[in-house]
Amino acid sequence: MSTPLLEVSNLVVHHGQLRALSGISLAVYPGEVYALIGANGAGKSTLLRTIAGLHHPTSGTIAYDGRDVTRLRPEKRATAGIVMVPEGRRLFPSLSLEDNLKVGASYARSGPWTIDRVFELFPWMTERRGQRAAQLSGGEQQSVAIGRALVANPRVLLLDELSLGLAPVIVQRIYEMLPRVLDSGITVLLVEQDVSQALRVATRLQCLLEGRTTLEGTPAEVSREQVEAAYFGVTDGNGITDGIDA
Amino acid sequence: MAWVNAIIQGLLTGGLYALFATGLSLLFGVMKVVNLAHGDLAIVAGYIGVGVIAISHLPVLWSIPVVVAAMAVLGYVLQRSVIQAAISRGELITLIVTFGLSIIIENGLQQFFTANSRGLGVGDSFITASFSIGSQITVAWFNLAVFVVAVVVLVGLQQYLSYAKYGRLIRAVADDREAAQLSGADYRHVFGIAAAIAFGTVAIAGMADGMVTTISPTLGTDTILLFAFCAVVIGGLGSLWGTLVGGIVLGVAQAIGAQVNPSYETLAGYAVFLLVLVIRPQGLVSQGAEL
Repeated sequence: MSTPLLEVSNLVVHHGQLRALSGISLAVYPGEVYALIGANGAGKSTLLRTIAGLHHPTSGTIAYDGRDVTRLRPEKRATAGIVMVPEGRRLFPSLSLEDNLKVGASYARSGPWTIDRVFELFPWMTERRGQRAAQLSGGEQQSVAIGRALVANPRVLLLDELSLGLAPVIVQRIYEMLPRVLDSGITVLLVEQDVSQALRVATRLQCLLEGRTTLEGTPAEVSREQVEAAYFGVTDGNGITDGIDA
Repeated sequence: MAWVNAIIQGLLTGGLYALFATGLSLLFGVMKVVNLAHGDLAIVAGYIGVGVIAISHLPVLWSIPVVVAAMAVLGYVLQRSVIQAAISRGELITLIVTFGLSIIIENGLQQFFTANSRGLGVGDSFITASFSIGSQITVAWFNLAVFVVAVVVLVGLQQYLSYAKYGRLIRAVADDREAAQLSGADYRHVFGIAAAIAFGTVAIAGMADGMVTTISPTLGTDTILLFAFCAVVIGGLGSLWGTLVGGIVLGVAQAIGAQVNPSYETLAGYAVFLLVLVIRPQGLVSQGAEL
């Protein structure tokens, strides 16, 4: 196999006294859709935010394209090609839809994605480009947040909980953009609480529980029982998982 | 007619107040910094003007761009060093740090330039040249020019914030610095640019003030900072149009107060300020016209 585009080794991250991540490692290869799953508070978002540069790890390293970026500032990582769609969308509420995209394009690398191309991906945006981001619905905001990241022409796109607070049908629609994103050569690392959604799109996945890796593999390799056990932290099939399924 | 005259004079003075207040409003709107040294910066600009003119023998008007550029550079540097360090430590620290800056500036100016007041000496004919409307209203060209400059600066700044790359980034960073970082923007650099603009606008105001009256080291906190605060609060925090409206309302209130009794001038301004705080604490221009 080729060399990983993004490689995290033994990452330990603290939030104050609390140890959020206890030695996480992962390797994302070009063209992959790598999914991080896990319950609330498992450390998925912390991992993604640390990769984006918003948290400083206590120890461990993050390598991108063979280069150590562990100490790089978040804006430098973005311009290098690691771009995150943050949890909760985090659009600029007082800016128009189009201005949000323009901010995303301010320090863009060269590449296939432009504001016009985003408008092609999400055709409804063209008519509403002048609307303030704060006036858009949750699903619309999520699409704009994705567009804002795409126009930067990332090599690695970090997607943090796209489905958060959105109706399943909207989530479906948003995930429909994924093949087009992958076609343009972007590698995706995503955090998803919705396990079936993650299993559907991922080429590889890792399950976190209380800051540790409990399962890693391709969706084909892992069974539903293994995922459940890794997700909830039960060790074997002695019946404890029964009922949680409901 | 005397009242109409008072209102017109107040309106023109209001332009200068708005120019004083623009930078204060911008720094608060973008980085939530209440710059207590803001008034002193206007005075610093005036003294830089005195220095530039003494050294280069430039005509006063030509010295303005030099002073504005110098202040803009000073703004960027101060922001990237002292103010940024304060911002990272919390909002209260920025108050203390800018208060400290204010004291340092005032005492520094007294040390170098003495406590005597200085004018920028453009010549009386330039300042007093005027035209009349009817028999009782006389408008000084210079005051009108300052008002026009104030409006041009505010409109220009609004356009810059709306359409220029860094203007857009300034608004983005004001909304959400972390999200701006994720788009590749170094918010500290963007803050620096906002500070450069704020210092540049207050430099214009300081120079205008030095031309129309005189400046002295303590004038910054004694009047300019307070008037700028009044204008910002009356108009609405963080709104540029609000700042213009606030400056004009303050200027007109003072002029009307002075018309009633010369000793009421300052009092009338503060009375309106308090009235607005009580009746419409969000300011006259609502949030719809934010940065």
